[in-house]
Amino acid sequence: MMNSAAGPAPAIRIGGLTVVRGGHPVLHGLDLDVPAGSVTGLLGPSGCGKTTLLRSIVGVQRTSGGRVEVLGEPAGSAGLRSRIGYLTQAPSVYGDLTVVENLRYFAAVLGAPATDPDRVIEAVGLTTHRDHRTAQLSGGQRARVSLAAALLGRPELLVLDEPTVGLDPVLRRDLWQLFRDLADAGSTLLVSSHVMDEAVRCDRLLLMRDGRLLAADTPAGLLARTGATDVDAAFLSLVGSTS
Amino acid sequence: MNLRRTLATARRVLAQLRHDPRTLAMLLVVPCLLLTLLRYMFDGQPQVFDQVGGALLGIFPLLVMFLVTSVAMLRERTSGTLERLLTMPLGKLDLLLGYAIAFGVVALVQAALASALTLGLLGLDIQGPTWLVFAVAVGDGLLGMALGLLVSAFAETEFQAVQFLPAVILPQLLLCGLFVPRDAMAPVLRWVSDVLPLSYAVDAMDHLTSSPDVTGAVIRDLAVIGGCVLLALTLGAATLRRRTA
Repeated sequence: MMNSAAGPAPAIRIGGLTVVRGGHPVLHGLDLDVPAGSVTGLLGPSGCGKTTLLRSIVGVQRTSGGRVEVLGEPAGSAGLRSRIGYLTQAPSVYGDLTVVENLRYFAAVLGAPATDPDRVIEAVGLTTHRDHRTAQLSGGQRARVSLAAALLGRPELLVLDEPTVGLDPVLRRDLWQLFRDLADAGSTLLVSSHVMDEAVRCDRLLLMRDGRLLAADTPAGLLARTGATDVDAAFLSLVGSTS
Repeated sequence: MNLRRTLATARRVLAQLRHDPRTLAMLLVVPCLLLTLLRYMFDGQPQVFDQVGGALLGIFPLLVMFLVTSVAMLRERTSGTLERLLTMPLGKLDLLLGYAIAFGVVALVQAALASALTLGLLGLDIQGPTWLVFAVAVGDGLLGMALGLLVSAFAETEFQAVQFLPAVILPQLLLCGLFVPRDAMAPVLRWVSDVLPLSYAVDAMDHLTSSPDVTGAVIRDLAVIGGCVLLALTLGAATLRRRTA
Protein backbone atom coordinates (compact mmCIF):
# COMPACT_ATOMS: atom_id res chain seq x y z
CA MET A 1 0.00 0.00 0.00
CA MET A 2 2.17 2.83 1.28
CA ASN A 3 5.31 1.01 0.28
CA SER A 4 4.55 1.07 -3.42
CA ALA A 5 4.27 4.86 -3.32
CA ALA A 6 7.27 5.46 -1.08
CA GLY A 7 9.55 2.99 -2.84
CA PRO A 8 11.24 0.04 -1.19
CA ALA A 9 10.86 1.11 2.44
CA PRO A 10 11.97 -1.78 4.68
CA ALA A 11 9.24 -3.64 6.56
CA ILE A 12 11.44 -3.80 9.65
CA ARG A 13 14.05 -1.28 10.67
CA ILE A 14 16.15 -1.94 13.75
CA GLY A 15 18.81 0.34 15.21
CA GLY A 16 21.01 -0.33 18.24
CA LEU A 17 18.66 -2.97 19.66
CA THR A 18 19.90 -4.15 23.03
CA VAL A 19 18.19 -6.74 25.21
CA VAL A 20 19.41 -7.70 28.66
CA ARG A 21 17.80 -10.65 30.38
CA GLY A 22 18.51 -11.68 33.95
CA GLY A 23 21.55 -9.40 34.00
CA HIS A 24 23.04 -10.98 30.86
CA PRO A 25 23.10 -9.15 27.54
CA VAL A 26 21.29 -11.25 24.92
CA LEU A 27 21.36 -8.81 22.00
CA HIS A 28 24.26 -6.36 21.70
CA GLY A 29 23.08 -3.30 19.77
CA LEU A 30 21.76 -4.93 16.60
CA ASP A 31 21.29 -2.87 13.43
CA LEU A 32 19.39 -4.41 10.56
CA ASP A 33 16.68 -3.91 7.94
CA VAL A 34 14.25 -6.44 6.53
CA PRO A 35 13.05 -5.55 3.02
CA ALA A 36 9.32 -5.64 2.34
CA GLY A 37 7.80 -8.33 0.12
CA SER A 38 10.65 -10.79 0.58
CA VAL A 39 11.60 -13.91 2.49
CA THR A 40 14.38 -13.17 4.94
CA GLY A 41 16.03 -16.05 6.76
CA LEU A 42 17.34 -15.56 10.28
CA LEU A 43 19.99 -18.19 10.81
CA GLY A 44 22.21 -19.04 13.70
CA PRO A 45 22.88 -21.69 16.29
CA SER A 46 20.43 -22.42 19.08
CA GLY A 47 20.71 -19.84 21.86
CA CYS A 48 22.20 -17.07 19.72
CA GLY A 49 19.29 -14.68 20.32
CA LYS A 50 17.06 -15.42 17.30
CA THR A 51 13.90 -15.82 19.35
CA THR A 52 14.67 -12.71 21.42
CA LEU A 53 15.11 -10.72 18.21
CA LEU A 54 11.82 -12.02 16.79
CA ARG A 55 10.02 -11.28 20.08
CA SER A 56 11.39 -7.73 19.99
CA ILE A 57 9.99 -7.29 16.48
CA VAL A 58 6.58 -8.61 17.48
CA GLY A 59 6.68 -6.32 20.51
CA VAL A 60 6.43 -8.84 23.32
CA GLN A 61 10.08 -8.58 24.44
CA ARG A 62 11.11 -6.04 27.03
CA THR A 63 14.08 -4.26 25.46
CA SER A 64 16.84 -2.24 27.12
CA GLY A 65 17.80 0.08 24.29
CA GLY A 66 17.60 0.91 20.61
CA ARG A 67 14.60 1.24 18.36
CA VAL A 68 12.52 -1.29 16.43
CA GLU A 69 10.23 0.03 13.73
CA VAL A 70 7.78 -2.37 12.08
CA LEU A 71 5.62 -1.46 9.06
CA GLY A 72 6.27 2.20 9.83
CA GLU A 73 5.26 2.04 13.50
CA PRO A 74 7.19 1.39 16.71
CA ALA A 75 7.16 -2.35 17.52
CA GLY A 76 4.36 -3.29 19.89
CA SER A 77 2.01 -0.51 18.74
CA ALA A 78 -1.65 -1.41 19.07
CA GLY A 79 -2.16 -0.71 15.35
CA LEU A 80 0.28 -3.49 14.43
CA ARG A 81 -1.57 -6.26 16.25
CA SER A 82 -3.73 -7.24 13.30
CA ARG A 83 -0.95 -6.67 10.73
CA ILE A 84 1.62 -9.16 12.06
CA GLY A 85 1.33 -12.93 12.19
CA TYR A 86 3.60 -14.50 14.81
CA LEU A 87 4.51 -18.15 15.10
CA THR A 88 6.17 -19.03 18.40
CA GLN A 89 8.69 -21.85 18.53
CA ALA A 90 6.48 -24.06 20.72
CA PRO A 91 3.02 -24.50 19.18
CA SER A 92 0.66 -22.08 20.95
CA VAL A 93 -2.77 -23.57 20.37
CA TYR A 94 -5.45 -25.07 22.59
CA GLY A 95 -4.86 -28.82 22.83
CA ASP A 96 -8.40 -29.50 24.04
CA LEU A 97 -10.00 -27.85 20.99
CA THR A 98 -10.21 -29.22 17.45
CA VAL A 99 -8.09 -27.70 14.70
CA VAL A 100 -10.98 -25.71 13.25
CA GLU A 101 -12.21 -24.57 16.69
CA ASN A 102 -8.75 -23.17 17.44
CA LEU A 103 -8.63 -21.28 14.17
CA ARG A 104 -12.20 -20.02 14.42
CA TYR A 105 -11.40 -18.47 17.78
CA PHE A 106 -8.20 -16.77 16.63
CA ALA A 107 -9.99 -15.60 13.46
CA ALA A 108 -12.73 -14.04 15.59
CA VAL A 109 -10.15 -12.24 17.74
CA LEU A 110 -8.44 -10.90 14.61
CA GLY A 111 -11.71 -10.03 12.90
CA ALA A 112 -10.69 -12.21 9.94
CA PRO A 113 -13.35 -13.43 7.48
CA ALA A 114 -15.36 -16.53 8.46
CA THR A 115 -13.85 -18.46 5.53
CA ASP A 116 -10.30 -17.87 6.76
CA PRO A 117 -10.02 -20.90 9.09
CA ASP A 118 -10.66 -23.34 6.24
CA ARG A 119 -8.36 -21.40 3.90
CA VAL A 120 -5.37 -21.59 6.28
CA ILE A 121 -6.11 -25.22 7.20
CA GLU A 122 -5.77 -26.05 3.52
CA ALA A 123 -2.65 -23.91 3.19
CA VAL A 124 -0.82 -25.97 5.83
CA GLY A 125 -2.22 -29.26 4.51
CA LEU A 126 -4.38 -30.24 7.47
CA THR A 127 -7.77 -30.47 5.76
CA THR A 128 -8.16 -34.12 6.67
CA HIS A 129 -7.46 -33.30 10.33
CA ARG A 130 -9.81 -30.32 10.47
CA ASP A 131 -12.06 -31.81 13.18
CA HIS A 132 -9.38 -33.63 15.16
CA ARG A 133 -8.56 -32.64 18.70
CA THR A 134 -5.26 -30.70 18.53
CA ALA A 135 -3.74 -32.57 21.49
CA GLN A 136 -4.14 -35.84 19.58
CA LEU A 137 -2.12 -34.64 16.58
CA SER A 138 1.59 -35.33 16.10
CA GLY A 139 4.09 -32.65 17.07
CA GLY A 140 4.60 -31.60 13.47
CA GLN A 141 0.85 -31.36 12.84
CA ARG A 142 0.39 -29.27 15.99
CA ALA A 143 3.15 -26.96 14.78
CA ARG A 144 1.23 -26.54 11.52
CA VAL A 145 -1.98 -25.65 13.38
CA SER A 146 0.03 -22.95 15.11
CA LEU A 147 1.40 -21.80 11.75
CA ALA A 148 -2.12 -21.75 10.30
CA ALA A 149 -3.17 -19.43 13.11
CA ALA A 150 -0.34 -17.05 12.18
CA LEU A 151 -1.64 -16.95 8.58
CA LEU A 152 -5.15 -15.85 9.59
CA GLY A 153 -6.22 -12.46 8.31
CA ARG A 154 -3.45 -12.37 5.68
CA PRO A 155 -0.97 -10.34 7.78
CA GLU A 156 1.43 -8.00 5.99
CA LEU A 157 4.33 -9.30 8.07
CA LEU A 158 4.86 -12.91 9.14
CA VAL A 159 7.38 -13.57 11.89
CA LEU A 160 7.99 -17.31 12.01
CA ASP A 161 10.18 -18.89 14.68
CA GLU A 162 11.49 -22.22 13.35
CA PRO A 163 8.35 -23.13 11.37
CA THR A 164 9.85 -26.22 9.71
CA VAL A 165 11.61 -27.87 12.65
CA GLY A 166 10.82 -31.56 12.91
CA LEU A 167 8.91 -31.74 9.62
CA ASP A 168 9.57 -34.28 6.90
CA PRO A 169 11.34 -33.07 3.71
CA VAL A 170 8.17 -33.08 1.59
CA LEU A 171 6.31 -30.89 4.04
CA ARG A 172 9.30 -28.58 4.42
CA ARG A 173 9.45 -28.13 0.66
CA ASP A 174 5.68 -27.40 0.56
CA LEU A 175 5.88 -24.88 3.37
CA TRP A 176 8.81 -23.04 1.78
CA GLN A 177 6.76 -22.91 -1.43
CA LEU A 178 3.91 -21.44 0.63
CA PHE A 179 6.26 -18.82 2.09
CA ARG A 180 7.44 -17.96 -1.43
CA ASP A 181 3.84 -17.60 -2.65
CA LEU A 182 3.00 -15.33 0.27
CA ALA A 183 6.01 -13.12 -0.45
CA ASP A 184 5.10 -12.99 -4.13
CA ALA A 185 1.63 -11.83 -3.07
CA GLY A 186 3.27 -8.95 -1.20
CA SER A 187 3.76 -10.22 2.36
CA THR A 188 7.06 -9.88 4.17
CA LEU A 189 8.39 -12.99 5.88
CA LEU A 190 11.07 -13.28 8.51
CA VAL A 191 11.80 -16.95 9.12
CA SER A 192 14.25 -18.26 11.70
CA SER A 193 15.95 -21.58 11.41
CA HIS A 194 18.99 -23.33 12.75
CA VAL A 195 19.11 -25.54 9.67
CA MET A 196 21.55 -23.82 7.33
CA ASP A 197 20.39 -25.71 4.22
CA GLU A 198 17.10 -23.82 4.33
CA ALA A 199 19.07 -20.66 3.59
CA VAL A 200 19.01 -21.14 -0.19
CA ARG A 201 15.24 -20.70 -0.16
CA CYS A 202 15.51 -17.14 1.19
CA ASP A 203 15.93 -13.86 -0.66
CA ARG A 204 18.13 -12.52 2.09
CA LEU A 205 19.94 -13.95 5.07
CA LEU A 206 20.69 -12.63 8.51
CA LEU A 207 23.40 -14.67 10.20
CA MET A 208 23.55 -14.39 13.97
CA ARG A 209 25.89 -15.62 16.65
CA ASP A 210 26.06 -14.76 20.37
CA GLY A 211 23.59 -11.91 20.08
CA ARG A 212 25.44 -10.22 17.23
CA LEU A 213 24.81 -10.02 13.52
CA LEU A 214 27.58 -11.78 11.56
CA ALA A 215 26.25 -10.96 8.10
CA ALA A 216 23.25 -9.61 6.24
CA ASP A 217 23.34 -10.51 2.57
CA THR A 218 21.73 -12.52 -0.22
CA PRO A 219 22.62 -16.23 -0.23
CA ALA A 220 24.68 -15.76 -3.40
CA GLY A 221 26.38 -12.64 -2.06
CA LEU A 222 27.27 -14.46 1.13
CA LEU A 223 28.83 -17.38 -0.70
CA ALA A 224 30.73 -15.05 -3.05
CA ARG A 225 32.03 -12.94 -0.17
CA THR A 226 33.28 -15.89 1.84
CA GLY A 227 34.31 -18.09 -1.06
CA ALA A 228 32.34 -20.93 0.54
CA THR A 229 30.26 -23.51 -1.31
CA ASP A 230 27.42 -23.72 1.23
CA VAL A 231 25.98 -21.56 3.99
CA ASP A 232 27.38 -23.81 6.71
CA ALA A 233 30.90 -23.20 5.43
CA ALA A 234 30.16 -19.50 5.00
CA PHE A 235 29.03 -19.34 8.61
CA LEU A 236 32.23 -21.03 9.78
CA SER A 237 34.38 -18.74 7.72
CA LEU A 238 32.60 -15.67 9.15
CA VAL A 239 33.00 -16.99 12.70
CA GLY A 240 36.66 -17.62 11.98
CA SER A 241 37.23 -14.07 10.80
CA THR A 242 35.64 -12.49 13.88
CA SER A 243 36.81 -14.73 16.73
CA MET B 1 -13.56 -3.44 25.51
CA ASN B 2 -14.87 -5.23 22.47
CA LEU B 3 -18.04 -7.28 22.76
CA ARG B 4 -17.35 -9.51 19.73
CA ARG B 5 -13.91 -10.56 21.01
CA THR B 6 -15.20 -11.01 24.56
CA LEU B 7 -18.02 -13.27 23.40
CA ALA B 8 -15.70 -15.21 21.10
CA THR B 9 -13.46 -15.84 24.11
CA ALA B 10 -16.42 -16.96 26.23
CA ARG B 11 -17.52 -19.35 23.46
CA ARG B 12 -14.01 -20.74 23.21
CA VAL B 13 -13.74 -21.36 26.97
CA LEU B 14 -17.15 -23.09 26.94
CA ALA B 15 -16.03 -25.24 23.99
CA GLN B 16 -12.97 -26.27 26.00
CA LEU B 17 -15.21 -27.25 28.91
CA ARG B 18 -17.49 -29.17 26.57
CA HIS B 19 -14.48 -31.21 25.42
CA ASP B 20 -13.69 -31.99 29.06
CA PRO B 21 -16.95 -33.48 30.35
CA ARG B 22 -15.32 -34.83 33.50
CA THR B 23 -14.27 -31.37 34.70
CA LEU B 24 -17.69 -30.01 33.82
CA ALA B 25 -19.43 -32.82 35.69
CA MET B 26 -17.24 -32.30 38.75
CA LEU B 27 -17.93 -28.57 38.71
CA LEU B 28 -21.65 -29.27 38.83
CA VAL B 29 -21.83 -32.44 40.90
CA VAL B 30 -19.18 -32.04 43.61
CA PRO B 31 -20.92 -29.15 45.44
CA CYS B 32 -24.19 -31.14 45.37
CA LEU B 33 -22.49 -34.24 46.79
CA LEU B 34 -20.83 -32.22 49.56
CA LEU B 35 -24.12 -30.59 50.51
CA THR B 36 -25.83 -34.00 50.62
CA LEU B 37 -23.01 -35.30 52.82
CA LEU B 38 -23.47 -32.29 55.10
CA ARG B 39 -27.20 -32.92 55.37
CA TYR B 40 -26.74 -36.52 56.52
CA MET B 41 -23.85 -35.58 58.80
CA PHE B 42 -26.35 -33.54 60.78
CA ASP B 43 -29.20 -36.03 60.34
CA GLY B 44 -29.83 -36.02 64.11
CA GLN B 45 -29.52 -32.22 64.39
CA PRO B 46 -31.51 -30.66 61.55
CA GLN B 47 -31.25 -27.26 63.27
CA VAL B 48 -27.45 -27.30 62.72
CA PHE B 49 -27.93 -28.07 59.02
CA ASP B 50 -30.34 -25.15 58.83
CA GLN B 51 -27.71 -22.94 60.46
CA VAL B 52 -24.68 -23.76 58.30
CA GLY B 53 -26.31 -25.26 55.17
CA GLY B 54 -26.97 -21.85 53.63
CA ALA B 55 -23.40 -20.64 54.13
CA LEU B 56 -21.92 -23.81 52.70
CA LEU B 57 -24.32 -23.71 49.75
CA GLY B 58 -22.36 -20.56 48.88
CA ILE B 59 -18.92 -21.79 49.86
CA PHE B 60 -18.68 -25.18 48.14
CA PRO B 61 -19.31 -23.82 44.60
CA LEU B 62 -16.87 -21.00 45.34
CA LEU B 63 -14.12 -23.48 46.22
CA VAL B 64 -14.43 -25.64 43.09
CA MET B 65 -14.81 -22.58 40.86
CA PHE B 66 -11.67 -21.02 42.35
CA LEU B 67 -9.61 -24.13 41.68
CA VAL B 68 -10.79 -24.64 38.11
CA THR B 69 -10.41 -21.03 37.00
CA SER B 70 -6.99 -20.56 38.58
CA VAL B 71 -5.66 -23.59 36.71
CA ALA B 72 -7.51 -22.67 33.46
CA MET B 73 -5.83 -19.26 33.32
CA LEU B 74 -2.47 -20.73 34.24
CA ARG B 75 -2.79 -23.18 31.34
CA GLU B 76 -3.44 -20.24 29.03
CA ARG B 77 -0.14 -18.80 30.21
CA THR B 78 1.99 -21.97 30.06
CA SER B 79 0.63 -23.13 26.69
CA GLY B 80 1.84 -19.94 25.01
CA THR B 81 -1.67 -19.08 23.87
CA LEU B 82 -1.73 -16.10 26.23
CA GLU B 83 1.34 -14.66 24.51
CA ARG B 84 -0.24 -15.30 21.12
CA LEU B 85 -3.47 -13.57 22.19
CA LEU B 86 -1.56 -10.59 23.55
CA THR B 87 0.12 -10.09 20.16
CA MET B 88 -3.38 -9.94 18.66
CA PRO B 89 -5.92 -7.13 18.92
CA LEU B 90 -7.48 -8.62 22.06
CA GLY B 91 -7.91 -6.34 25.08
CA LYS B 92 -6.71 -7.76 28.39
CA LEU B 93 -10.11 -7.10 29.93
CA ASP B 94 -11.78 -8.77 26.90
CA LEU B 95 -9.91 -11.94 27.80
CA LEU B 96 -10.79 -11.81 31.50
CA LEU B 97 -14.42 -10.94 30.81
CA GLY B 98 -14.63 -13.76 28.28
CA TYR B 99 -13.53 -16.17 31.00
CA ALA B 100 -15.94 -14.49 33.43
CA ILE B 101 -18.91 -14.94 31.08
CA ALA B 102 -18.10 -18.59 30.34
CA PHE B 103 -17.59 -19.53 33.98
CA GLY B 104 -20.53 -17.28 34.90
CA VAL B 105 -22.73 -19.58 32.82
CA VAL B 106 -21.30 -22.55 34.71
CA ALA B 107 -21.83 -20.74 38.04
CA LEU B 108 -25.45 -20.16 37.09
CA VAL B 109 -26.11 -23.84 36.37
CA GLN B 110 -24.09 -24.87 39.41
CA ALA B 111 -26.05 -22.54 41.72
CA ALA B 112 -29.37 -23.64 40.23
CA LEU B 113 -28.58 -27.32 40.85
CA ALA B 114 -27.14 -26.80 44.33
CA SER B 115 -29.93 -24.48 45.50
CA ALA B 116 -32.68 -26.70 44.10
CA LEU B 117 -31.14 -29.73 45.78
CA THR B 118 -30.50 -28.02 49.13
CA LEU B 119 -33.83 -26.24 49.42
CA GLY B 120 -35.83 -29.07 47.88
CA LEU B 121 -34.62 -32.63 48.49
CA LEU B 122 -32.38 -31.84 51.46
CA GLY B 123 -35.05 -29.65 53.04
CA LEU B 124 -32.93 -26.70 54.14
CA ASP B 125 -35.21 -24.38 56.07
CA ILE B 126 -34.77 -20.73 55.16
CA GLN B 127 -36.74 -17.62 56.07
CA GLY B 128 -35.85 -15.29 53.20
CA PRO B 129 -36.94 -15.50 49.55
CA THR B 130 -35.71 -18.47 47.53
CA TRP B 131 -34.62 -16.41 44.54
CA LEU B 132 -32.20 -14.49 46.75
CA VAL B 133 -30.61 -17.74 47.95
CA PHE B 134 -30.04 -18.60 44.30
CA ALA B 135 -28.69 -15.10 43.58
CA VAL B 136 -26.20 -15.31 46.47
CA ALA B 137 -25.10 -18.80 45.37
CA VAL B 138 -24.43 -17.44 41.85
CA GLY B 139 -22.58 -14.45 43.34
CA ASP B 140 -20.39 -16.79 45.39
CA GLY B 141 -19.56 -18.90 42.34
CA LEU B 142 -18.60 -15.73 40.46
CA LEU B 143 -16.47 -14.60 43.39
CA GLY B 144 -14.58 -17.90 43.36
CA MET B 145 -14.11 -17.53 39.59
CA ALA B 146 -12.79 -13.95 39.80
CA LEU B 147 -10.41 -14.71 42.69
CA GLY B 148 -9.14 -17.78 40.83
CA LEU B 149 -8.41 -15.76 37.69
CA LEU B 150 -6.64 -13.11 39.77
CA VAL B 151 -4.35 -15.43 41.73
CA SER B 152 -3.36 -17.39 38.63
CA ALA B 153 -1.33 -14.32 37.66
CA PHE B 154 0.95 -15.02 40.62
CA ALA B 155 1.44 -18.70 39.91
CA GLU B 156 4.05 -20.08 37.55
CA THR B 157 3.17 -23.76 37.92
CA GLU B 158 0.15 -25.89 38.73
CA PHE B 159 1.78 -26.75 42.07
CA GLN B 160 1.75 -23.08 43.00
CA ALA B 161 -1.72 -22.48 41.62
CA VAL B 162 -3.47 -25.14 43.67
CA GLN B 163 -1.75 -23.90 46.83
CA PHE B 164 -3.49 -20.57 46.48
CA LEU B 165 -6.62 -22.33 47.69
CA PRO B 166 -5.28 -22.82 51.24
CA ALA B 167 -3.43 -19.49 51.05
CA VAL B 168 -6.25 -17.28 49.77
CA ILE B 169 -9.52 -19.05 50.52
CA LEU B 170 -8.98 -20.88 53.81
CA PRO B 171 -8.15 -17.73 55.85
CA GLN B 172 -11.37 -16.23 54.52
CA LEU B 173 -13.22 -19.39 55.48
CA LEU B 174 -11.86 -19.24 59.04
CA LEU B 175 -12.75 -15.58 59.48
CA CYS B 176 -16.06 -15.50 57.62
CA GLY B 177 -18.19 -16.18 60.70
CA LEU B 178 -18.90 -19.82 60.03
CA PHE B 179 -16.81 -21.16 62.92
CA VAL B 180 -16.89 -18.20 65.30
CA PRO B 181 -19.45 -15.39 64.99
CA ARG B 182 -17.65 -12.37 63.61
CA ASP B 183 -18.86 -10.21 66.53
CA ALA B 184 -17.11 -12.54 68.95
CA MET B 185 -13.67 -12.26 67.30
CA ALA B 186 -10.77 -10.12 68.52
CA PRO B 187 -11.13 -6.61 67.04
CA VAL B 188 -8.17 -7.02 64.69
CA LEU B 189 -9.55 -10.26 63.24
CA ARG B 190 -12.97 -8.66 63.02
CA TRP B 191 -11.51 -5.81 60.95
CA VAL B 192 -9.70 -8.27 58.71
CA SER B 193 -12.90 -10.23 58.21
CA ASP B 194 -14.67 -6.99 57.32
CA VAL B 195 -12.51 -6.56 54.23
CA LEU B 196 -12.60 -10.20 53.09
CA PRO B 197 -15.26 -10.83 50.45
CA LEU B 198 -16.23 -14.29 51.72
CA SER B 199 -17.54 -12.68 54.95
CA TYR B 200 -20.23 -10.96 52.90
CA ALA B 201 -21.14 -14.17 51.11
CA VAL B 202 -21.72 -15.95 54.42
CA ASP B 203 -23.37 -12.89 55.93
CA ALA B 204 -25.91 -12.83 53.09
CA MET B 205 -26.78 -16.50 53.53
CA ASP B 206 -27.02 -16.03 57.32
CA HIS B 207 -29.53 -13.22 56.82
CA LEU B 208 -31.58 -15.44 54.51
CA THR B 209 -31.65 -18.39 56.90
CA SER B 210 -32.52 -16.37 60.00
CA SER B 211 -35.20 -13.85 59.09
CA PRO B 212 -37.86 -13.33 56.39
CA ASP B 213 -37.48 -9.60 55.81
CA VAL B 214 -33.85 -9.16 54.84
CA THR B 215 -33.91 -8.26 51.15
CA GLY B 216 -32.17 -4.91 51.73
CA ALA B 217 -29.33 -6.36 53.77
CA VAL B 218 -28.80 -9.22 51.32
CA ILE B 219 -28.78 -6.88 48.32
CA ARG B 220 -26.12 -4.82 50.10
CA ASP B 221 -24.00 -7.95 50.64
CA LEU B 222 -24.52 -8.95 47.02
CA ALA B 223 -23.38 -5.50 45.91
CA VAL B 224 -20.16 -5.92 47.92
CA ILE B 225 -19.60 -9.36 46.37
CA GLY B 226 -20.27 -7.99 42.87
CA GLY B 227 -17.84 -5.13 43.53
CA CYS B 228 -15.18 -7.62 44.61
CA VAL B 229 -15.76 -9.70 41.45
CA LEU B 230 -15.26 -6.64 39.22
CA LEU B 231 -12.25 -5.48 41.24
CA ALA B 232 -10.60 -8.92 41.03
CA LEU B 233 -11.22 -9.11 37.25
CA THR B 234 -9.81 -5.61 36.70
CA LEU B 235 -6.75 -6.37 38.83
CA GLY B 236 -6.38 -9.68 36.97
CA ALA B 237 -6.40 -7.85 33.64
CA ALA B 238 -3.92 -5.30 34.97
CA THR B 239 -1.45 -8.05 35.87
CA LEU B 240 -1.27 -9.28 32.25
CA ARG B 241 1.78 -7.90 30.47
CA ARG B 242 2.11 -7.71 26.71
CA ARG B 243 5.87 -7.29 27.04
CA THR B 244 7.80 -9.73 29.19
CA ALA B 245 11.47 -10.24 29.96
